[in-house]
Amino acid sequence: MPENSPAVEERSRDIIAPGYTFGSITDQIAAVVLTKRTPLFWMACFSVGFGLLLLFLWAVATLLAEGVGIWGLRTPVMWGFAITNFVWWIGIGHAGTLISAILLLLNQRWRNSINRFAEAMTLFAVACAGMFPLLHLGRPWLFYWLMPYPNSMGVQPNFRSPLVWDVFAVSTYATVSLLFWFVGLLPDLATLRDRAGNRLARLAYGILALGWRGSARHWSVYETATLLLAGLATPLVLSVHTVVSFDFTIAIVPGWHSTFFPPYFVAGAIYSGFAMVLALAIPLRAVYGLEGLITDRHLENAAKVMLATGLIVAYAYVIEAFSAWYSGDVYEQAAMWHRMTGPYAPVYWSLVACNIILPQGLWFQRIRRSPVTLFIWSIIVLVGMWFERYVIIVSSLAQDYLPSSWSIFHATRWDWATYLGTIGLFLFLFFLFIRLLPMISIFEVRTLLPQAKVGKEAEG
Amino acid sequence: MTQPIYGLMAEFDSPTALVRAARAAREKGYRKLDAYSPFPIEDLSDALHLHKNRLPLIVLAGGIMGLLGGYLLQYYVTVWQFPINIGGRPLHSWPSYIVIAFEMTILCAAGSAVLGLLALCGLPMPYHPVFNAPRFALASRNRFFLCIEASDPLFESGATSDFLQTLDPREVTEVAQ
Repeated sequence: MPENSPAVEERSRDIIAPGYTFGSITDQIAAVVLTKRTPLFWMACFSVGFGLLLLFLWAVATLLAEGVGIWGLRTPVMWGFAITNFVWWIGIGHAGTLISAILLLLNQRWRNSINRFAEAMTLFAVACAGMFPLLHLGRPWLFYWLMPYPNSMGVQPNFRSPLVWDVFAVSTYATVSLLFWFVGLLPDLATLRDRAGNRLARLAYGILALGWRGSARHWSVYETATLLLAGLATPLVLSVHTVVSFDFTIAIVPGWHSTFFPPYFVAGAIYSGFAMVLALAIPLRAVYGLEGLITDRHLENAAKVMLATGLIVAYAYVIEAFSAWYSGDVYEQAAMWHRMTGPYAPVYWSLVACNIILPQGLWFQRIRRSPVTLFIWSIIVLVGMWFERYVIIVSSLAQDYLPSSWSIFHATRWDWATYLGTIGLFLFLFFLFIRLLPMISIFEVRTLLPQAKVGKEAEG
Repeated sequence: MTQPIYGLMAEFDSPTALVRAARAAREKGYRKLDAYSPFPIEDLSDALHLHKNRLPLIVLAGGIMGLLGGYLLQYYVTVWQFPINIGGRPLHSWPSYIVIAFEMTILCAAGSAVLGLLALCGLPMPYHPVFNAPRFALASRNRFFLCIEASDPLFESGATSDFLQTLDPREVTEVAQ
């Protein structure tokens, strides 16, 4: 990859535009929240989100009244859209934790300007993901049976089942992400409390800020806490998609039963997650004029991560086909062959195009440097990753061991309504967040300024 | 003085000035002092000798409790409360306990990190005297403050104020109790 400016100083200047001061950073980011004027773009996106959220409520109400039969679930394809969407959404969430935790531990300072909204994206993506297994239960109101608790039925969850592991992994992930996000927000909530003109806003931010006053004693504990939380979140995020992949690998269905699923799923998760980060960051920075804080360097770095994880995913596709052939197992070979040539072949080849072939364009700096093209590319990857989950789940289930029980999955309009509905839920929550909380971590961006460095003369 | 005060607050423009002032105040012998800044400054913790805290220990304890709790829960359920004999396989099937034991470790460690952070910082604390300093709202924006508290044995309103003035602050104000 061509690098015009290898010098380190040059790089640190790239991640924040020159001319910013502590005050102007604070004012610009806080103004998005504290202003009385709401941009038309926000109104439009929020309305779309809210509209789709209503569709979601309608779909869920129908589901509760009629049962999961309104989805296209028929034997043998009993997982269909629900689990596809679950895996897709939870994968999207992974980039947020990667940015907030792993890049923090690796001292990648460019993460400071994108970690906040990426973490919010994680939280909302996990919320959307969580909807599907719950609704797919059939009787969602008995969801608490998934948890071990003393009960009069004398039964407990089967701790040897990957589905129960998944319950623990996803609920831990959601909780830890929420905690990490809230801890990161504390100093910025204090900033909003101190700057809010409106009494109600001051009160609300004041309560949420818990009395944070930026004391050196607090900062010293705070820094330790952030590092520890990052250290805990790092193995957690890698474990979550690993456990999700166990849902498949521990079953004996041909096309699922293989050992390389965990790294394959984690790479795919980060791939789609960075695509979502770009798909959100590019319009937001344009609308709110944040190009000085989320610079072209950020977009380029995210694109490079996308390219790298995309190559891992491409390698996994090759190995998947190779190991099916090399296994000598006629069912594994047939499952792979059906994917490539059977009824799901159009989806399979679209995913190859979206996830392997088109993303190779990211090798070119011209594509990485142009926000519009990068936005289109990230949407392509998001679509491609959805196809991938669909093919893994549906094509494997539709044609397994017994040809007499084969059957093709047809999604119903309720499948689509629920899926689009969670996109609405995501947009609804995300745009509420944009309006009510600072989308860029103010205090972490302050530390990027050259003025934040303590001069030599003060060193002891 | 009619009313007791909390301390004297000096306001500075840059992190460098604050760190220099904090070092000077420590050298002068003041111990009851705190600095307020809009972002973490590592040299400041160094100047105020704040390097050690007990948070890692709290998190370790939380993690161990989560690990033991998660493991023992599964052991109790699968071996004692609800044993299922599947082809004579051992009831204590520890490899299948790993995932949940791990997740519980992370959950309890992260929970104790957050609770420990709040406990060590004494948060939530809705009222604190430093908020009485007139320009203190800027401590979360772009100004850096050093407060010498009245409870310090060396504190003496006039002398301490004169000392703070020598550190080249923007201004020095009294903080009401």
